[in-house]
Amino acid sequence: MADGMIRAETDALLAVRGLEAWYGESHVLHGVDIDIKPGEVVTLLGRNGAGKTTTLRAIMGLVGKRAGSIRYNGAELISARSDIIARKGIGYCPEERGIFASLDVTENLMLPPVVMPGGLSLDEIYTLFPNLKERARSQGTKLSGGEQQMLAIARILRTGAKLLLLDEPSEGLAPVIVQQIGRMIREIKQRGFTVLLVEQNFRFAQTVADRHYVMEHGRVVDMVKNEELLTSLDRLHEYLGV
Amino acid sequence: MDELFGIPLPLLFGQLLLGLINGAFYAMLSLGLAVIFGLLNVINFTHGAQFMMGAFAAWMLLNWFGVNYWFALILVPIIIGATGIVLEKLMISRLYKLDHLYGLLLTFGIGLVIEGVFRNEFGSSGLPYRIPPELSGAWDLGFMFMPVYRGWVVVFAAAVCLATWLVIEKTRLGANLRAATENPALVQAFGINVPRMVTLTYGAGVALAALGGVLAAPIYSVNPQMGSNLIIVVFAVVVIGGMGSILGSVITGFGLGIIEGLTKVFYPEASATVIFVIMIIVLLARPAGLFGRTA
Ligand SMILES: Nc1ncnc2c1ncn2[C@@H]1O[C@H](COP(=O)(O)OP(=O)(O)OP(=O)(O)O)[C@@H](O)[C@H]1O
Ligand SMILES: [Mg+2]
Repeated sequence: MADGMIRAETDALLAVRGLEAWYGESHVLHGVDIDIKPGEVVTLLGRNGAGKTTTLRAIMGLVGKRAGSIRYNGAELISARSDIIARKGIGYCPEERGIFASLDVTENLMLPPVVMPGGLSLDEIYTLFPNLKERARSQGTKLSGGEQQMLAIARILRTGAKLLLLDEPSEGLAPVIVQQIGRMIREIKQRGFTVLLVEQNFRFAQTVADRHYVMEHGRVVDMVKNEELLTSLDRLHEYLGV
Repeated sequence: MDELFGIPLPLLFGQLLLGLINGAFYAMLSLGLAVIFGLLNVINFTHGAQFMMGAFAAWMLLNWFGVNYWFALILVPIIIGATGIVLEKLMISRLYKLDHLYGLLLTFGIGLVIEGVFRNEFGSSGLPYRIPPELSGAWDLGFMFMPVYRGWVVVFAAAVCLATWLVIEKTRLGANLRAATENPALVQAFGINVPRMVTLTYGAGVALAALGGVLAAPIYSVNPQMGSNLIIVVFAVVVIGGMGSILGSVITGFGLGIIEGLTKVFYPEASATVIFVIMIIVLLARPAGLFGRTA
C-alpha cells in the first residue's frame, strides 16, 4: 500500500478503520480504512458496486449493521445514531440527491438544522448559487438536475458541518454543470471544509482532490496522491475498467 | 319564499347545519388520522377511543374536579395527548419495522380494550355534559333558530383545522414533518431527532381526537361507544380524501358531512349509507382518493 495510508490518528479529522457494513444479510463492506486530514478533499474511486455509497452511508449510520471504527474529531461514531453523527458536524449529500418534493427550494435549503457555528450564511449561499435564490419558491423537485445537485450541496454548507460527504455530485450532469460543481468544490475547500467525494469520473476527481482512494469489493485497495495521478493512470484504468 | 324544491327552508337549513357539525368532527378526526398515517404509516384504529376518552376526560374534569369546559378545551388534549405519547413509546414504536398490518391490529385491539374499560366503569347509557353558559341559547336567524353551541363547534373546528394546516404547510416544524414523511432516514441524517418527532406527532394526532371529544361532549351524550360509531365514517372520509392528505381530509370531512345532511332531507333512506357509496365510487375511479398522490 502506498505511504500516507498509515497515519497518526491524531492529525486525521476522520479516521475509518476496518469498517464493515451489512444490508440485511448481505455483507457489503469488508474492512474499509480511510484517513482524512482537516481541509483535505479526498475522493473514493471505484467501479459500480464497489461499495463507495455504502461507505458514506455507513459513516452516516444509514446501513443496517456496521462494525469497525469511525473516529471523527476524536469521537467514536461506530454505534451512534445518524442524527447524533450529523450533530458532530458531518454533512451528507446522497447519491440520489434527496431533494424533498413536498418542500420548496427555501424549505429544502433550511431543512438541515445548524449544528455548530461556522456555516455559510444564507447570503453567502445565494452568492455561490444565484439560481437557488431565483427559484426560492419553486417545488424542490421542479429544479433541473444541476440545480437540485447545487441545492443538495448548498443545504449542508449552512449547518456548520466541517466534513462533507458528497456522493457522485457530477453524475448525470452536462459538462458545463460538472465544471460549475468542480469550481464550487474548490471554493468550499478554500473556505476550509473537508470533503470526502465519491466519484467514478477520475478526470473530474483530478480537478478537485488532494488524494484518491480506490475501492474494490468493499475494501480500499489503493491510494493515489493527486500529483501522482498521471503517472498512475495504467494502474487506475485497471481498477476502474475504463 | 320558505320552501326549496318543496322542502321547508328551516328543515333544509337545519339538516345542513347538522351536516356541517358532523362534517366538523369528520374533518378534525380524519385530519389527525392523516397526520399520523403520513409520518408513522400506521392507521390509528385507536382514534375513536381517543376521541371518546377526550369527551370522558372533559366530563371527569367537570364532575370530579369542577374544571369547566374552557379549561377542558386546553387540558384534555394535553392529558390525552400524553397518553398517546406513552402508547407510542411503549408499544406502537416497536412495530415500525414490521408490516403495516401489525400497527393496525395493535391500535384496533387497544381501542377495543379502552372502550371495554370505559363501558365497565361507566355503563353504556351515556352521561350528560352541560353546554357552557357562555355558549347556551340560540340565535334567531330569521329562517331558523341556530343553537349558539352548534355554531361554535363548526367555527372552532374549522379554525383548528386551518391552524393545523398552517403549521404543517407554512412553518419550519411543518417542513420537517413533511420531509420526514417523505424520507425519514435522510431527515435524521441531517441531525433531526426523527423518532422523537414521530412520538410527538402521534401525540398531536391523539390530542386532536381528544379535542374533538371535548367539543362533542355537550352535543352527543358522553358514552363509551361514541367513538366507534363515528370512526367508521371517519375512515371512509380518509379513504375518500386520500390517505395522508392533510387538506384533502379537511375538505372531504366538511363536504361529506354536508352531503350526508342533504341526503337526510332529499332521500332519508340513503343517509346512513351515502358516504360508503361515495367511498366505493371514489375507490373505483381514483384508488388513491380525491386528494391523494398516486404512489
Ligand atoms: N439497499 C441495499 N440492499 C442490499 N444490497 C445493496 C443495497 N445497496 C447496495 N447494495 C449492494 O452493495 C454493493 C455496494 O453498493 P454501493 O451502492 O455501495 O456501490 P457504489 O460503489 O456506490 O456503486 P455505484 O458506483 O453504482 O454507485 C453492491 O453490490 C450493491 O448491489
Ligand atoms: Mg454509489
